Amino acid sequence: MTSILHDLIFDYTLRNVALGAMLLGIVSGVLGSFAVLRRQGLLGDTLSHAALPGICIAFILTGSRMPIVLLIGAGIAGWLGTMLLLRIVKDTKLSEDTALGVILSVFFGIGVLLLTWIQHQNNANQAGLDRYLFGQAASLIAENVITFAILGAIAIIVVILFFKEFKLLSFDPDFAASLGLPTRMLDVLLTSLLVVAVMIGLQTVGVVLMAAMVIGPGAAARQWTDRLHIMLFLAAFFGAASGVTGAVISVQASRLPTGPMIILSLTVIVLISIFFAPRHGIVPDRIRRRRQRRELQENGYESVLPEVQP
Amino acid sequence: MTSGTVILLTGVLCAVACALLGTFLILRRMAMMTDAISHAILPGLVAGYWIANSPNLLVGAVGATGAALLTVALVEALQRTRRIEGGEAMGIVFPAMFALGTVLVSRYFSNVHLDTDAILFGNIEFSYFDRLVIAGRDLGPQSLWVMSILLVINVAFLFLFYKELKLTTFDAGLAATLGFSPVLVHYALMFVLAITTVGAFTAVGAILVVALVIVPAATAYLLSNQLVEMIVLSGVIGALSAVGGYWLAMWIDGSVSGAIVTVTGLFFGSALLFAPEQGLVAKARQARLNRDRFALDMLVMHLSTHERTSDEATESTLGHISAALHWTPEATTRTVRRAIDQDLVIRYQGNLVLTSSGREMVKGLLDR
Repeated sequence: MTSILHDLIFDYTLRNVALGAMLLGIVSGVLGSFAVLRRQGLLGDTLSHAALPGICIAFILTGSRMPIVLLIGAGIAGWLGTMLLLRIVKDTKLSEDTALGVILSVFFGIGVLLLTWIQHQNNANQAGLDRYLFGQAASLIAENVITFAILGAIAIIVVILFFKEFKLLSFDPDFAASLGLPTRMLDVLLTSLLVVAVMIGLQTVGVVLMAAMVIGPGAAARQWTDRLHIMLFLAAFFGAASGVTGAVISVQASRLPTGPMIILSLTVIVLISIFFAPRHGIVPDRIRRRRQRRELQENGYESVLPEVQP
Repeated sequence: MTSGTVILLTGVLCAVACALLGTFLILRRMAMMTDAISHAILPGLVAGYWIANSPNLLVGAVGATGAALLTVALVEALQRTRRIEGGEAMGIVFPAMFALGTVLVSRYFSNVHLDTDAILFGNIEFSYFDRLVIAGRDLGPQSLWVMSILLVINVAFLFLFYKELKLTTFDAGLAATLGFSPVLVHYALMFVLAITTVGAFTAVGAILVVALVIVPAATAYLLSNQLVEMIVLSGVIGALSAVGGYWLAMWIDGSVSGAIVTVTGLFFGSALLFAPEQGLVAKARQARLNRDRFALDMLVMHLSTHERTSDEATESTLGHISAALHWTPEATTRTVRRAIDQDLVIRYQGNLVLTSSGREMVKGLLDR
């Protein structure tokens, strides 16, 4: 135990991986909570797939492999995908899940086409672009962590500044609109912040696993509390905890990939929450009901209450 | 048969097989289930290989189909706890399955050829070289056999259960009262989707499966309101995308899977913009026509209200109309010009006066 702690602080690789995964967990936990409350959980999945062509186009245009350049490309593509998604849902008869599937697969397909095209150009600089598909948490360096920290800090500060507005938008958008809040703009702002979380996640856990990173912490935190700010803190904590746990496990046991270990840790947290969280968990719920029924019978409430005689 | 023909044929067979199921999936709002299944089959595939102790396609396919059905069952079990919502249940289950698969691969099969790239993009380019060999006889490319069989199964499924599928999709309650089990039909559809995904996945990769199931059907839904028409149309769009995608890939030297998806995207984009009723252009045009129509209605009603009253002279000037109806000067000029063009009003000494056809229009509006 102490050696793990020692490594976490002094081992350069583990420290960066754990810090990067922790930052991802915090940011995606907080923003994912809003997505969960607004029933847009799968938006994270679509956003992360939609980011791929952005990475490729950013590389084609700049020839640079700097993470921040590629991530900005990813952010723009993901953002465009979301705007298109909202448009399709609003203006056509296609349902939301169809629109999510279309945007996800088409953007990703275009990304794959561009990626293979780049690879066939024999550009020596292109190596590692596909890292964004599966994430390479193990290759995170201090520079990445600093980028994540800046992006994450911006996202969290915006959430704190607009906390009241986001809260209203999540629980009662009609009421928010009737108060004169610019709900459309807030909607776009909140979604754009989710794009930031995805930008961090692409490099850490990759496209496929990002869906769980957005949904998991919020869905778990929801089982423990009915208050939004507590839920956000808990989601950030669960996200961070699964990030650090996944990083530590993957470093301790050789040949275990980091991203998948983060997701599996998170899945365990979600399952524990659904079954055992005191507030909404299935088991405490059952126990509570059984106890109430027994109390009702044993204490003879039934005989106390008046009953009409035939 | 040349290598190119095999790729093209595999693509077309796969596109049509997937697109046929897509229509029912999007109408049932289950499009994302395809995405979940296509990723979640990885651990099943690995388990199959592990049991067979080699990359045996048949055992792998059985494992993968099992994993797909397990995913459907897990998602539904999670939904039934009512602790999390439908889409989120998928978003928890399939990444967990995919992560488990990746861990298994890197832990036990790092020497076996099963790289995660191939799982996402597939290897349709090599479909010619994967031969089906039974008892030493080379029967041709394996992917062609697999996809042909799946296409036959899917067509047969639609023919045999068309009525049941239609009824449970549009009115599950009525279907249940008539004695069709919506649950049974649901699981039958999920089973067919699972084997199609597994078959197509080994041939063309996960992401192409998702695109070929969802995108042609979504495109057809924008173009048609008729079920049979939709099914046929999505099959045709899928086949055309496969052909177009193949040529695109050859032309720019890129991934065939990626190119086929890109072409389905082009079809969808065109339909989204230009579909006769559902298209964004048609919708915008309709909205503009409605707006113009409504502006004219407002104008003639306003004039009619003040006709032959003491304030007629002031109420029917352009400036007053602009203020009273909250129109900008430009919008006022435009609307009045159209009203004059359509012979609804005339300008007389700076005032607007209704013509007889203008009064007819007011009467029509009041009768409505």
